[in-house]
Amino acid sequence: MNAAYLYSLIAVVLLGLLAYAGVAVAGLEGLFGIFIPYVALIVFVAGFANRIIGWGKTPVPFRIPTTSGQQKSLPWVKHDKFDSPYNTIGVIGRMALEILLFRSLFKNSRVGFSDAGGYQKIYYKWVVWLWLFAILFHYAFLVTIVRHLRFFAEPVPFFVEMLAKVDGMMQVGAPGMYLSGVVLLGMAMLLLVRRIVLPKVKYISMAADYFPLLLIIGIAATGILMRHFAKVDVAAVKELTMGLATFRPAIPEGDISALFYVHMFFVSLLVAYIPFSKLMHMGGVFLSPTRNLPNNSRAVRHVNPWNYPVKTHTYEEYEDDFREKMKEAGLPVEKE
Amino acid sequence: MVDTSKPEALIENIDHTPPKKPWEEVPPDLSAGKFCYPTKKKNLEYLSLPTTTVDEWSPADEEWPLPDNWQQIVHDGFKDLLGKYRSLKIFMDTCVRCGACADKCHFFIGTGDPKNMPVLRAELLRSVYRNDFTRAGKILKKIAGARPLTKEVIKEWFTYFYQCTECRRCSVYCPYGIDTAEVTMMARELLTLLGLNINWILEPAANCFRTGNHLGIQPHAFKEMIEFFCDDIEEITGKKIEPSFNRKGAEILFITPSGDAFADPGTYAMMGYIMLFEQIGLDYTFSTYASEGGNFGLFTSSEMMKRLNAKMYAEAKRLGVKWILGGECGHMWRVIHQYMDTMNGPVDFGEVPVNPITGTRFDNAASTRMVHITEFTADLIRHNKLKMDPSRNDMYTVTYHDSCNPARAMGLFDEPRYVLNAVCNNFCEMPESTIREQTFCCGSGSGLNTEEIMDLRLRGGLPRANAVRYVHEKHGVNMLSCVCAIDRAALPPLMEYWVPEVGVCGVHELVGNALVMEGEIERTTNLRFEPLNEEAEVEADV
Repeated sequence: MNAAYLYSLIAVVLLGLLAYAGVAVAGLEGLFGIFIPYVALIVFVAGFANRIIGWGKTPVPFRIPTTSGQQKSLPWVKHDKFDSPYNTIGVIGRMALEILLFRSLFKNSRVGFSDAGGYQKIYYKWVVWLWLFAILFHYAFLVTIVRHLRFFAEPVPFFVEMLAKVDGMMQVGAPGMYLSGVVLLGMAMLLLVRRIVLPKVKYISMAADYFPLLLIIGIAATGILMRHFAKVDVAAVKELTMGLATFRPAIPEGDISALFYVHMFFVSLLVAYIPFSKLMHMGGVFLSPTRNLPNNSRAVRHVNPWNYPVKTHTYEEYEDDFREKMKEAGLPVEKE
Repeated sequence: MVDTSKPEALIENIDHTPPKKPWEEVPPDLSAGKFCYPTKKKNLEYLSLPTTTVDEWSPADEEWPLPDNWQQIVHDGFKDLLGKYRSLKIFMDTCVRCGACADKCHFFIGTGDPKNMPVLRAELLRSVYRNDFTRAGKILKKIAGARPLTKEVIKEWFTYFYQCTECRRCSVYCPYGIDTAEVTMMARELLTLLGLNINWILEPAANCFRTGNHLGIQPHAFKEMIEFFCDDIEEITGKKIEPSFNRKGAEILFITPSGDAFADPGTYAMMGYIMLFEQIGLDYTFSTYASEGGNFGLFTSSEMMKRLNAKMYAEAKRLGVKWILGGECGHMWRVIHQYMDTMNGPVDFGEVPVNPITGTRFDNAASTRMVHITEFTADLIRHNKLKMDPSRNDMYTVTYHDSCNPARAMGLFDEPRYVLNAVCNNFCEMPESTIREQTFCCGSGSGLNTEEIMDLRLRGGLPRANAVRYVHEKHGVNMLSCVCAIDRAALPPLMEYWVPEVGVCGVHELVGNALVMEGEIERTTNLRFEPLNEEAEVEADV
């Protein structure tokens, strides 16, 4: 709630100041430019792998897809291949729609009450906003990440160049503004505002929801500031990032703005934070048993690795309990 | 307290505004009418489940009868489940609290209680998971959303995990497919480790274990009940039918929920099955041992589910049938479709189901060897094997309620609709956001169909009832059909309260009405002994 929001804001601001002061006052470029990024990367890789392996090693005892469409049954009943997939191809289709287009979220609706028609009626209105904010946010993030590959490869791969060109198509300002950066910042803000303004969403939000959003806002904001306002020495930045990428890290001669180190620190924090947070949804979405399993459990047996024998009430025991009554009622029995 | 005797007052007083206090500080309401009665100890003992420390207790009591090491028991149980279920781990780890699920739950819509938002329901468990099993939670505690397991938390779990009907509607909208049914099942399994289950679940489970069905109907009584329906059928159609019981060598074993043998309107669906099988000359048998399709183990633990389900395959094998035909039931079909073969298979009896009348091979049931009655009947109708007189259902304008489990855990949507369109002339759908995969629960599923929480059930069933009301006002719908025995028990009081003009029936009741049987007398009543022609004029303007 308010406290959660405030704590997260204070935390992000303090962390930003820490990096700024660390570089500008204490001259800790090496700490914020080399050491912390490497540590963050190690934490991320180890933590992420650990999580995925942890999930992967845990059995899926039952095949429990949520069926959102007609099952495959009789040949003349039109089967919904993606919402009730029957085989791996269908599942891949369903997962692709889910991961690339956020299909479930697209179905979102809002419930309301109305007394039009002379009685209290509940209505359901399709709402696109959450889906729209979310999908723009994620794609803008993806484009931003791919665009940043130019700092970690020499020569810059052609697709990165191409993407940057498309992304900068608007040709606003010099250097040209990237649409992805602006959309990322804008959508992160809208997602944040949504959390603060909508009473229900506010009620369920925790520090762990505000913190990463604010961190991402910090990342996008410092990025845009560096490009358009602080005009950071890009050549020097690339020297540093190439050093990191080729494992020959060094702090370049000349002066990179402390703002850059704030940016770098935020990114490091975010990356290291992923494995321990809800941001693991990026991995989890692939493994969700209600989505990634075919709805064919009557046709193909699913095996539960920990299935164990249980105590049942056998027919023999049942007949022992009721034999006389069964005989009297003319029901066949095994033992006279 | 809202006066629940007035539906309009109830609905107008629903407030979706969250309280001022954070949810962690709001204690569960354990006043009378807000909780299900806990199970009697004898049921726990009969099923060899852990027991509470005293026989008689109430959730309203300040001190709950938990064993001294209750915390350790829950912690160990949780750890065990996390090692067994990837679903649980993923659902604990990936939620971003986007809120898409918040207003998808019928209990939230009807109560406005924020802990009925699926996201918060899961947080009740997730907060303890973070505290006990994650690094972030262990270090950052409350900031990371972790909270220690206290007796208050157990009370909260008991309140809200017996206030979820495991309907899976929220999981349709979740971008990660987080399924609250799965979360609730895990939480109930943990609660059951402390003996905290409810009587409306464990009494049927114990009955089922002993007598083969939830209602505790003994073999001779089961046979008598079916024979009683046959007398009714004879009176209506002039056809004398003598079904067989526990007959070895039958081609097909028929299993349906015992509710269909016990109470209206399920009994009319039962009559429909029997008439259908007679008309096509099906070589089938009932079993008094496997006399229950439903499985309240599903609402207790995976082990209990397996223990109760085992009878189906065991009986099929003992009787030497080729395959099993299953009646209309909701959660029964979740168990059969998604669990049975895995738990109690691979099958060692029979063959891939083939409809003996049409020759259709049910390849979709090749491994499980069990076919849904609407798949079977739809196939018969498609092949013109049944003569129907849909005008015998003309007194009804029918709509169809997709039961949660056949909808979202099976994908059974078009088969029942195909049957309905063949057996009645007036059929119309409820609004799109309330049917098919978006269907709303009756509000009483997963073992919550119990009298003491009637207020909650009426609220939980409100979205469903409101959609029925819509088609009632707009199209004159007066009959709500369904393929679920719990629905047939839960929807009548729900309709009585919200839309009293609408009745409830099984799909095969309408089949029984319309089915023209060879050599039958001219029918003057439907299966409910209501005259066939009286209401025709009233509905003529629809």
